[in-house]
Amino acid sequence: MGRYVVRRLLQMIPVFLGTTLLIFLMVYALPGDPVRGLFGDKGADPATLEAMRHKLGLDQPILVQYWEYMKGIVVHFDFGTQIASGRPVTDVLGDAFPVTLRLAGMAFVLEIVLGIGLGVWAGLRAGRLTDNAVLIFTLLIISIPVFVLGFIVKSVFAFQLDWISPNVSNDATWSELIAPAVVLGSLSLAYVARLTRTTMAENLRADYMRTAVAKGLPKRRIVGVHLMRNSLIPVITFLGTDLGALMGGAIVTEGLFNVKGVGGTIFESIVRREGTTLVGLVTVLVIVYLFMSLIVDLLYAVLDPRIRYA
Amino acid sequence: MPDATKTAPAPEDAEAPLVGPSVDVKAEKARSLWGDAWLELRRNWYFIISAALIVLLLVIAIVPSLFTSASPTVGDLAHHFLGKPELSKVGSPEWLGYDGQGRSVYARVIYGTRASVIVGISVTLLVTVFGGLIGMVAGYFGGWVDALLSGFTNIFLGLPFLLGAMVVLQAFTERTVLVVIFALAFLGWTQIARVTRGAVITVKQADFVQAARALGAGTNRILFRHILPNVLAPVIVVATISLGVYISAEATLSYLGLGLASPTVSWGMDISGGASQIRVAQHILIYPSIMLSITVLAFIMLGEAVRNALDPKTR
Repeated sequence: MGRYVVRRLLQMIPVFLGTTLLIFLMVYALPGDPVRGLFGDKGADPATLEAMRHKLGLDQPILVQYWEYMKGIVVHFDFGTQIASGRPVTDVLGDAFPVTLRLAGMAFVLEIVLGIGLGVWAGLRAGRLTDNAVLIFTLLIISIPVFVLGFIVKSVFAFQLDWISPNVSNDATWSELIAPAVVLGSLSLAYVARLTRTTMAENLRADYMRTAVAKGLPKRRIVGVHLMRNSLIPVITFLGTDLGALMGGAIVTEGLFNVKGVGGTIFESIVRREGTTLVGLVTVLVIVYLFMSLIVDLLYAVLDPRIRYA
Repeated sequence: MPDATKTAPAPEDAEAPLVGPSVDVKAEKARSLWGDAWLELRRNWYFIISAALIVLLLVIAIVPSLFTSASPTVGDLAHHFLGKPELSKVGSPEWLGYDGQGRSVYARVIYGTRASVIVGISVTLLVTVFGGLIGMVAGYFGGWVDALLSGFTNIFLGLPFLLGAMVVLQAFTERTVLVVIFALAFLGWTQIARVTRGAVITVKQADFVQAARALGAGTNRILFRHILPNVLAPVIVVATISLGVYISAEATLSYLGLGLASPTVSWGMDISGGASQIRVAQHILIYPSIMLSITVLAFIMLGEAVRNALDPKTR
């Protein structure tokens, strides 16, 4: 087990380097110049521009820049400086991440509880009315793009019923984040419900289920232990990659509800061509993604004793 | 994935059609999967509804002028924000009201279909061909080729899809339909590559592939005549479902202002325009949203139906 984890961690390094290099190259291939952008329409003296570029290291070849950037992250935990504000990117991240983490976390919990709950509920009644209702409901949720769903939630619950405020305040309290979390998590919730439902319905016909019933085990144990444990592997796979996706996908939801989180920062840095900030944000998202997929692989062994990691 | 060493699957085996002996696509066994699937599809009301919707959407996309006489880009400011929808005006330019620039919302909803459908279908085709090739080569050759290509795939998978597409699109000053297709395809091919790779690894152990190799078939022949027909089913399933997802992604990007740009008519852009008027003129927002959701629904339902038809496990 320990050796497996170490091996997986080592395998993460090339993927991590590759993804960060890819985003680095993509950002630096963008036309436009963030330094020149600082001075607006008036422009600045070429010598000043040159000096600033030199200070930020933007006059170096791109691979050198990448090397310096990675060295900064690994050696000093320094993600560079946001060009527009002059603040260290770690500060910007520190401001933006807690809110997004809470938002994504709430969406994630919602997705697990409601998604698996709905899936189990429907899966046990495969082919009946409840099942069809859940299938149609989740299909509708999947078909409505997140921003449309956001507008529906906003206009119904904020403008017509006046239950929530249409915008989240700067404090972003837990109760204010409920509506954005529902919007953010709904798509994955529907996927989780459908996935759980399908694997449950399939496994209901498995031999071990018949054995468990024949042994006279109580229904709660059959469903809760035998069926769930065998059905959850594909669901866990999906959930594992989803937390990172939720954090990256918060761009739209955060914009809709005016949450000051990672999404807004990402959007701003893309539009302003802020390479360092964007790469820093993506680096953190990539780390979340890689660790979640490691956790998923370890959970496989917990769920299915046939899977052993030497 | 079932164990790869399985030989000669029994006919009732769940995976049988995927690894079944098929030397020729037109041979009995292979045709029975597609024939079966077609029979299954025709009885599935998901398929009937979605196919009818998609045919309608395709007609709208090809000849939008059949449905409205109004132009989507010509506005009359006298009509600015005007209009409550009335049933008596079905099909006329004023049916769904006018937007902030006095353009007919109905005409824009109709003309917006083309961009969405073109983006969805082209991205899916590109992604299927490219991702499929990568997956086939990686799965078939294994070894360092697989390590390299899988690593490449993992690198792209680590990048959040929407975010990556936004960065790519930001590099273009003129964001036409082609550019959006390129951006989505550039980041979208990974899923198909993974699915194809997995399926190829399962199939390449099958007896009929060994037999073909023993008979002296070349790599190309084995890959395209023997393996390809047998990995097509899971790939088609993933591709059909992702079609709806790409349409949704295009709308999201256009909504964020990083997708399609005027004069192309796009639902995402219209929704974004309506968003600022959400309290005064909801019709600008509502109708493109409904149309967009119906389109995505149609393609996702088609994907579901195809999955049910091609995956015998769900029967």
